[in-house]
Amino acid sequence: MSGSKQGILASYDYLDSAVEAIESLRRAGFSRKAIRAYAPVPEHDLEHAMGYGQSPVRVFALVGALTGAATGFALAIFASTDWPLVTGGKPIVSIPAFVVIAFEMTILFGALSTAIGLFIATRLPRLKPLVVYDPEFTAGRFGVYVAAGPERMAEARRLLEEQEPAELREDPEGVANA
Amino acid sequence: MATALNESERGAQTHPDITSFSQVNRDILGILARPGKVWWILFLLSLAGVGLFFGAWGRVVVQGIGVTGLMSPVGWGVLITTFVFWVGIAHSGTLISAILFLFRAPWRQSIYRAAEAMTVFAVMTAGLFPLIHMGRVWHGYWLIPYPNERFLWPNFRSPLLWDVFAVTTYFTVSAVFFYLGMLPDVAAARDQATGWRKKLYTIVALGWSGTDREWHHFGKAYVFLAAFATPLVLSVHSVVSWDFAMSIVPGWHATIFAPYFVAGAIFSGVAMVITLTVPLRKIFKLEAYLTVRHFDAMAKLILLTSLIVMYAYLTEFFMAWYSGEEVERTSFWNRLFGHYWWASWIMLVCNGLVPVLLWFRRVRHSIPALFVISLFINIGMWFERFVIIVTSLSHEFMPFAWGVYRPSATEIAILVGSFGWFFFWFLLFTRILPPVAIAELKEVLPPPKRGRRKEAVSS
Repeated sequence: MSGSKQGILASYDYLDSAVEAIESLRRAGFSRKAIRAYAPVPEHDLEHAMGYGQSPVRVFALVGALTGAATGFALAIFASTDWPLVTGGKPIVSIPAFVVIAFEMTILFGALSTAIGLFIATRLPRLKPLVVYDPEFTAGRFGVYVAAGPERMAEARRLLEEQEPAELREDPEGVANA
Repeated sequence: MATALNESERGAQTHPDITSFSQVNRDILGILARPGKVWWILFLLSLAGVGLFFGAWGRVVVQGIGVTGLMSPVGWGVLITTFVFWVGIAHSGTLISAILFLFRAPWRQSIYRAAEAMTVFAVMTAGLFPLIHMGRVWHGYWLIPYPNERFLWPNFRSPLLWDVFAVTTYFTVSAVFFYLGMLPDVAAARDQATGWRKKLYTIVALGWSGTDREWHHFGKAYVFLAAFATPLVLSVHSVVSWDFAMSIVPGWHATIFAPYFVAGAIFSGVAMVITLTVPLRKIFKLEAYLTVRHFDAMAKLILLTSLIVMYAYLTEFFMAWYSGEEVERTSFWNRLFGHYWWASWIMLVCNGLVPVLLWFRRVRHSIPALFVISLFINIGMWFERFVIIVTSLSHEFMPFAWGVYRPSATEIAILVGSFGWFFFWFLLFTRILPPVAIAELKEVLPPPKRGRRKEAVSS
């Protein structure tokens, strides 16, 4: 994002502090994109405060699964007709037998596609660590990061401080918001 | 937060002795730091097993499949038995990690990471056995459908090829599920590690930082992966059972095989989870994490699947008698009183009789008793596969074609060595990756809340 933005990161010991901080920021008009929350566990309260909708991962799951089913049938039918050898008196294209192949391919493609969807949606893998980050986030702390223009920094700081953060860190360059 | 709980409050919580998020990190990540003497002894033992495994396999490669005891009519012996055994072991890992996740079973959190690791390593072990059994392992790639200059394709109507698809899919999906589920925990390890571990975890964690965006999509992806893994696990052992049931060999050709094999797989797998977690708990002092409650739940699962398996055995015998089919009848008579009678009775005693003890709460709550019972079940389930495979093949239709198979020392060495190979990976896993799911465990703990009162911060 633009270089004129600055950032501030607050670490909280309590979940409700973080939730309330996000809610007050949202009320004050900070957009969802400007706020980033950190948590050691998935928390519905935090997700709710951030106002999330449906995840696009589900589309990846569906498309992957359907592609897999089609690929499974296509592979089995193509290979059987390419080398048409009758075994066990069965038809060359034995759909019931090929269902097993298609089933396994459905699962394989669906699962891999879900994983790819996860990577795309979360923008992982991130090879360089986040510059503004508190290692305590994976231990027990909850974090709230806000990006804002210089004119709103004081307000953001005040709202974050209201919830008594354990630690407050400035990000004058706004690097964490890239 | 850390005030003592009274008894009724304790009972309501899954882990009454864990009071804070940071304690979970300390306890679980602490495991990675201190190996202890017992771990080293087990690790060296498993290394010896790995040596035995590859030494014996090397003998098969150099001298040929003749060094096994395989003969006509018994073309499948200890190697295929052990393949089915290890695939079966794998199943309960996916059951605990995926199926119980979808059912929101609250007791899975403490054990599922270890169970999932068990799945991955058990499939890694199982997958080697068809290759060993093949003898000429350098032709293993013929199993895969690939365009080749002879325009030859594998037979897609064969259950053996279905098996290739099922087992490779199972390995891939369970490895992906295992790895993605572990990302938050590897990140936790990264944030506290130093030195080479810090470098390793930084790469493995893929930059996970626990942001709202990450958790949101992660939660959804995890549900989908669990939903994919659930039908997969049921299909894999069904396909393995069709390796047998699709043929006309008496003792194999039965429609009951798929559910019977799946139940047996879960039965043996949960037993293996107990076999693994009891020492894990002891060596790494995880009593607060793996409580009696968890073992009680696993024991009940074993009891249930034991009843299903026993029911399947009885159904098989009943159907053989009720069908009036002479070949089928003699085949099952041969199981109980023929050349391999001892294998069948070991199977019936270990899988049917010993788990009866689990009806008693005293037994379910005794960790040593459960450990011993789990060993019996492991043995019993190996013999179940031996009985199904070897006794059926040795006693087919024509009396002049009956034969007796004796496993050779090489096959036994491969069987024993495969445990070394499996435990090698599992022991390595307990020291490199967090063997208890940190983030998911925290999820079942009450989150730290300030409430109305603004208490002083406890570190």
